[in-house]
Order: sequence, then C-alpha cells, then structure tokens
Amino acid sequence: MTKQLKLILSLVLLAVIIVGGYFVATNKSGVESSDEKKIGFIYIGPPGDHGWTYMHDQGRQFMEKELGSSISTTYIEGVPENADAVRAIRKLAESGHDLIFTTSFNYMDQTLEVAKEFPDVKFEHATGFKRTDNVSTYAARFYEGRTVIGHIAGKMTKSNTIGYIASFPIPEVIRGINAFYLAASKVNPDVKIKIIWVYTWYDPGKEADAANTLINQGADIIVQHTDTFAPCQAAEKAGVLAFGQASNQEDFCPNAHMTSIEDVWGDYYTARAKAIVEGNWTSTDTWGGMDTGMVKMSPYNEKILSAELIAEAKALEESIKDGSTHSFAGPIYNQAGELVVAEGSVADDGMLAGMMFYVQGIEDQVPQ
Amino acid sequence: MISIVPRGSSSQLMFILAPIFAIFLTLFFGAIIFAFMGYSPFAALKIFFISPISNAYGLSELLVKATPLALIAVGLSFCFKNNIYNIGAEGQLTMGAIFGGGVGILFYDVNSFLILPMMIIAGGIGGALWASILALLKIKFNTNEILTSLMLAYIALLILDYLVVGPWRDPDGFNFPKTRSFGESGRMPILFDGLRVHFGLIITLILLALSWFVYSKTMFGYQLKVSGYSPKAARFAGFNKNFLIFSAFAISGAFAGIAGIGEVSGPIGLLYRDISPNYGFTAIIVCFLGRLHPVGIIFASLIIALTYLGAEDAQLFLQIPASVGFVFQGLVLFFLLGTDLLVNFKLRLNTLNG
Repeated sequence: MTKQLKLILSLVLLAVIIVGGYFVATNKSGVESSDEKKIGFIYIGPPGDHGWTYMHDQGRQFMEKELGSSISTTYIEGVPENADAVRAIRKLAESGHDLIFTTSFNYMDQTLEVAKEFPDVKFEHATGFKRTDNVSTYAARFYEGRTVIGHIAGKMTKSNTIGYIASFPIPEVIRGINAFYLAASKVNPDVKIKIIWVYTWYDPGKEADAANTLINQGADIIVQHTDTFAPCQAAEKAGVLAFGQASNQEDFCPNAHMTSIEDVWGDYYTARAKAIVEGNWTSTDTWGGMDTGMVKMSPYNEKILSAELIAEAKALEESIKDGSTHSFAGPIYNQAGELVVAEGSVADDGMLAGMMFYVQGIEDQVPQ
Repeated sequence: MISIVPRGSSSQLMFILAPIFAIFLTLFFGAIIFAFMGYSPFAALKIFFISPISNAYGLSELLVKATPLALIAVGLSFCFKNNIYNIGAEGQLTMGAIFGGGVGILFYDVNSFLILPMMIIAGGIGGALWASILALLKIKFNTNEILTSLMLAYIALLILDYLVVGPWRDPDGFNFPKTRSFGESGRMPILFDGLRVHFGLIITLILLALSWFVYSKTMFGYQLKVSGYSPKAARFAGFNKNFLIFSAFAISGAFAGIAGIGEVSGPIGLLYRDISPNYGFTAIIVCFLGRLHPVGIIFASLIIALTYLGAEDAQLFLQIPASVGFVFQGLVLFFLLGTDLLVNFKLRLNTLNG
C-alpha cells in the first residue's frame, strides 16, 4: 500500500468517524409524551388517485378528520408481499404504533408473525381469515355491489354477452361472479358471461387486453374485479359500457362508466381507532356490507341509465341494506344441478367464505 | 470546447476510491434533494442511513437484505470480468427458488437434516441450468446475452407464476396463488434468536471467500481475467474460450440460484410469485459498485441494502415517498459511472486555436 493511499484512506476513515459521531451525539430518541394514539397503515401500492390503496388512504384521512388530535397516522406504501412486509410491519409496531392496519390479503402470515412478537400492539388485517387475541380481520361484502351491477347489466346488455375480467380464482372473486350472474340472469335469463382470468390485481396492460378480447367476443358490457381503470377505458374506446371497481372511476371513462362498487373504510377505521383511544379494542372478525356503509355504489351515470333503471338500482340497494334482498337467496343450484341453497333460505357466511363453485348457468369452469 | 481524452494509464488508487467518491456525492446530492423537498437534510440523512441500523434488529435486517445481493453480485462478477453481460440474474434466482422450493414442497412433511442441503443444491443446479441456456446460445449462435438473459428472466418469472397458480398451489389455500409452506427441515436455521438473519449469510460468506480464492490463486481465475482484459491475448495463449464462457454463466447462475433458495427457505418459507424485490437486477449495481471484487461487493451490498431500509424509515418518520430509495440507488450508479469516466479519461479544455 502506498503512503498516499494510506493517507487518503485514513482521512476517509476520520471523516466517517466524525460524521458518525455527530449523528450518534445528536441522536435523541423522539418519544412523544402525549396520550395521542398512533395508527399505522401498510399499503400494497402508492395511494395514487384510484383503486384499492387509494380507498384505504381515503379511509385513513377520514379517520384523521373524525378523531382529530386524539390520534396520529402514518403509512408505509408499496410494501411488497414478501419477506420485506415483516420488516415494514415490525417497524410500525416498534416505533410506538398502537394499532396497525395491514391492507392486503398476502400480509396475513407476516402480520401474525409480528403480532406474536408485540402482544400489546393491536393489528387489523384486511380480507384475511387468521385471527389471534391482537389480530382482527375485516373485509367488506363487495358481492352485494355485484348484485346491483348484475341487475343493471342484465337490463342494459343488447348482445346478452357480458365480459368479466377476474383476478384470481379465490372465493372472494368467484362469489362476486356468482352474485353478479344470479342478479343478471334473474332480470334477463338469456344473459351469458365470458370470464377472463388475468391473474393479477393490478396490471393496466393485461386488464386492457382482456377487455379488448372480451369486446371482440361480443361483450357489450365489461365488468372488472381488478384494480385499474384500464378495462373501463378500453370499453370507452370501443364504445361499450363498463362498471368500475374499488373507487369511483367516472372521471377516467365518463361515457362508458355506469357505476362503480366502492370500498369505503372510513367508518370502520374510525370506530376501531376510537376503540383504541377508549381502551376497549377487542379482536373481532368484521364482514360489513352496504348496511354498514363499507360497500357503496358510485353515482349512477344519468347519461347512460334511464331514470327508471336508476330508481330500480337504488331500491335494490335499499332492500339489500334492510335485508329483504340477499345476494344469495335460494333456490340456488350449482353447475351439476344440485340444490345448494334451498328455497326460502340464504347462503350462510361459511358457504360464502369458502365459495369455490359456479352457480348453474355459468358456462365456464372454475380454474383448479 | 471540452473534449474527453483517455488518460493512458489510470490510477489504481483512484479506481478503488471512485466508488467512495460516488457514495459521498450521492449523500451530498441526496441532502440537496431533501432540502428542496423541505426537510432538514441532516435529519433526513440520519433517518435514511443511520436510524435503520441503530439496533440489533435493524442490523440483522440489513444483513438479510444484503445477503442475496452480495451472493448474486459475486456470481455476476465471474461474468462481468469476462465481459459477459448477464443481466438476467433475476431469472436464475427464480429458477433456483423453483428447483430448491420444489424439493421443499415435495418433502414438506418429512423431518430430516438432509432436506435443506438438498434444497440448496437443487437451487444452485436450477440457477446454473437456466444460465447455461444462455451460455449455449452464446457459444453456438453468438447471441447477445444482454437480450437473451433479460428475456429468460421474464420466462422464469412466468414459470413460477404458472406453478404457484397451477400445479403447485397449496391444496388448503383457498386457491390463493401460493404453495404450501416448507416443513421445519426445509428452512434456513436462524443465527440469532428473534432476528431474521439466517444461515444463508454463512453460505454467502463462504462463497465470497471461495470466489476471492478462485480469482487470485487459480489458473482458472487468471484465465477469466485475461480473457476479459484482452480476448486476443487469451486466444493467443490458447485458453478455451467456450469453457470460460460456459463456466462464467454456470457459476453466476448457481450463485443466483442459491440466493433464490436462500430467500425462500430463509425469511419466506414458501413459494409465491413475488419472492424477490428485484434482487437479481439490483445486484448488477452492487457488482459494479463493488468493483467486481468480493470485498468491494460486501461493502456495496450493505450500502445498497441500506437504501431499501432507509426508504422505509424515511416513509415512516418523514412521510417521504418510497421511490426516494430508488432515487438514491440511481444516484449511486450515476455518480459511479461519472467518476469512472473521470478515472479513465480526462477533460481537456480546447482553446479555439489550440
């Protein structure tokens, strides 16, 4: 090693020590002494302006407004659903958060892993099914919205062919397809649905391709169970109609968009955070529908839908809310023609939660 | 006007110092960016680079993140030294995870100390096989490996997609696109209780030491270096060019594959589509930042790993968007390329009549 090299390396080392020392010396831990409860969120994507994470962030902001200075909120966005999620969730727990919402299904095991280590911190996992003393789960009965759009689609289709873009063949999505088809075929027995599985929640390119394929196959209405506005925009371009998902997509496709099924988390988040503030939080399993406000329909598009149909849709919403209409009211048959829900009864939550079959009339197979 | 002229002989010292300058320039410009965003630059840098590793858990997380980066990067150095631009390590990592993970799923209910070694070996073989496709294409058809390696990376990811959605899906998993969990015997042992740093770190350190040995003490390493510096000289010396190409690909593939199985049998424990946050691509930065040298790669992997952790802390404490971490990675690479240019070339101000 030359003298020059030694000199420079030692200067670098010295600089590192000085800078490091400065940081260590000034490293005062910022523990806040107020009673303010800290609420943390883990997001799968950036909040952006539409879709799943956007709606969770809207819920967070609503909660902040409702509860004011008794809480403060933080979020970590774009957390991948892999080994990184544990660290992100743990960081929230470790930095003094009292309640942590993990807002995607695939954070399930990671949430439980961290929850085990921090028994005093409360966790809420969206759309999961594993609970412990400090882990709650919550989800919304999105299928109720699918009943409403199924009704509209059954009345609006002229080709009697509806294109359905589905994400993954999991109970949640299959339940949505069934609820949609049951409502659509009730008002229009000739209706057919064509399903394309895109195996993604968020991929504008794939979703648009799927929409175009369905339109080419004669679909005049596009339904999506994915997260972007690409299908709705593809419908707009092709001059057919569409329903949005998760958030109101009207701005992205004003001439195709009939309505969207919105996820509204604000009330739930407020209630859960309030329970933390008041010290009476307990582990629960919540599955809220239209009656709780968790599922909401976006304003119906008056340019496309007749006043009469809008009134019907609104009446349907009301009857779902008061319980007089159930999305899965018997008689319901499966594809083999077996009666699965008897006349006069409705599918119970167990059947809905594990729903892995199509109802009679859907000409397709659940991918196995 | 300014012209860029070669320095002729470039300084060995500056070659080593350039990455350090690049890091300091990154910190400096990072501070400026923070200042423009309205944050106190010192506080922001502290949260970005100090607070993530201010406790044992943070240090362990740094190692968890740096382990695959260092392992892939040192594997890539075998290719890059030989002027082979294999940029598809992500695919080789994925193949390693598929091969090794496949063993783990097959024996999920078997309890034996043999399972983990079998998984690791299968992972290495998977990665090496995937990379040897590239080697054969290059040897037989003289294809451009920059294109083929990238294309095969996406194919590997799609194969993983297919497996977790289709035949390997967890039968009890409500059709969610993931496999069942490996048994306890299929998991990397944890090094310290309560921390996630795992045995993969030891494997990585052993392979790093081995790579150093191969480079500096063996004929094979010498041949790799010579054929990288001067293909003509290598041919004149009678080195087997095809053998060198093939082994460079196979080694880098095997290392990436082992990194892949380390990730799934370490912190993850099962297979699904999103196993790697682009380790295979980020390792390219690590490799060049570390000057293709095992010791340099260790430091580089720690620094790049820190940019990930820092981005999370910056979000948490300052609500700075997640993308800032990528901005820092980009800055490091940018300044590294910039300082490299100045190491090998000098700027000359040409006067009009000069």
